[in-house]
Amino acid sequence: MPVEMEENEATTAETASSFDGEAIKILVVDDEVDLEALVRQKFRRRIRRNELVFDFAHNGQEAIDKLDQDDDISMVISDINMPVMDGLALLKQLNETKPNIRSVIVSAYGDMNNIRTAMNRGAFDFVTKPIDFTDLEITIDKTLKHLALVREALSNRDQLVALSHELDVARDMQASVLPRSFPSTDHYKTHGLMIPAKEVGGDFYDFFTLDEDRIGVAIGDVSGKGIPAALFMMACRTLLRSRALEGGAPDECLRYVNDLLSEDNENCMFVTLFYGVLDTRSGAFHYCNGGHNPPRLVHKDGEVVPMPTTRDVALGVLPGHAFNRDTLQIRADDTLFLYTDGVTEAEGPGSEEFGEERLDSLLARIDQADCEGVTSLVLDHVREFAGDNPQSDDITCVAVRYHGS
Amino acid sequence: MANGSVLDLSTETDGDTTVVIPTGRIDGSTASPFQEALLKLIEEGKGSLVVDFENIEYISSAGLRVLLLAAKQLQAGGRKIVLCAMRDHIAEVFKISGFSEILAIHPTRQDAINAG
Repeated sequence: MPVEMEENEATTAETASSFDGEAIKILVVDDEVDLEALVRQKFRRRIRRNELVFDFAHNGQEAIDKLDQDDDISMVISDINMPVMDGLALLKQLNETKPNIRSVIVSAYGDMNNIRTAMNRGAFDFVTKPIDFTDLEITIDKTLKHLALVREALSNRDQLVALSHELDVARDMQASVLPRSFPSTDHYKTHGLMIPAKEVGGDFYDFFTLDEDRIGVAIGDVSGKGIPAALFMMACRTLLRSRALEGGAPDECLRYVNDLLSEDNENCMFVTLFYGVLDTRSGAFHYCNGGHNPPRLVHKDGEVVPMPTTRDVALGVLPGHAFNRDTLQIRADDTLFLYTDGVTEAEGPGSEEFGEERLDSLLARIDQADCEGVTSLVLDHVREFAGDNPQSDDITCVAVRYHGS
Repeated sequence: MANGSVLDLSTETDGDTTVVIPTGRIDGSTASPFQEALLKLIEEGKGSLVVDFENIEYISSAGLRVLLLAAKQLQAGGRKIVLCAMRDHIAEVFKISGFSEILAIHPTRQDAINAG
């Protein structure tokens, strides 16, 4: 194609926003072989500075072959009229198979038909013949700047994907340790549920069938969110499980877990943990509360009693702390309800919290709903209360019904 | 929820004691800047650190962790953290978690400064 010969080297004030100092590779497609020498001459400084690298093809098919072999090419500058495969056919293929490449078309001045077709086929911009190299350089730089922005957006997206993957890992860890079945005998029934927040917290619950007559129930909430919380939760749950299944009393178990979690706990993570053991022969419920929201004892007649605290502290911060144990006498058809603050701190209209009063008045009305009925009743009410407000913390509910000896 | 939570910090000094007055919510989204700010104040200060809770509406477990961390840092240098002026529902959080047994909490800022 005919080109306007200009003596001065094409230079513009604007420099291409190169990707971290890496050379940008541009493929120039034209059946006019003279163009190669001209481009190399006009852009020689930027080629020498390793900002731009040019490659050349002489028709659309040759261009496709080069692009197939070379993933580094980020931009194509193409003439329209060429043998074998013309510029418009090339654009169509690029648009379909190489969406990350930006192309600039070179057309005859005033050839609006071809220019329109080219733009409709996804050309990023066009320049007209005879080529004004200053204009071409501005167009190249504009195109490269656009490409840099696209790449940045893609990398942000990838980071978001990585982050959401991390959240998935935390969610999977959490889900994997929750009981898959709920122990029950003629003397008691159990149920638990945990609804993770989008940014996973560290809630968990567990049941331990200690022997024919004794069932252990635990609920915990780790400070913070994400993978650190999930890991801390896993450690806590495993330590508790090992000690509880050996038959340790609740206060001994918590002391053991606390001492180990407190070791090298530089970040001061902690877990509020409640563990209790129901003896179905006597109806005695022995428990220890390491800084967790007091579970409720719900009598058959609807009276709701918060379990007195054992005046202990959350686990992980005070090594050597001697935990206390308390005992409640449970009657037949009483229900124990354990929960995390995702229930009471769920926000409803005007940032109002669900709160303990709402919880207690709800529990007073459970009547003889079974354990699953109790946990889902609470969850349903919390959800209804929260409406469209996002769930900011894990919601965990556990119910144990004693049927008597 | 954590999204869009705001926590502003102002500081005053009383002799060697640094008084920090956070305003807003200390939760999952503000705990991290809160931690940075406290650790910087600890590094720059010499005496005790008083955290005035008068303007705090909410503190989550992530916020409690920051206070424990600050307490640990201060203790390592033979210094103290003293909390004060908590609203009832905030005081309840410290009581339930048992941290009211670990961290010194006083009714007023002046009490806290005197104790520091």
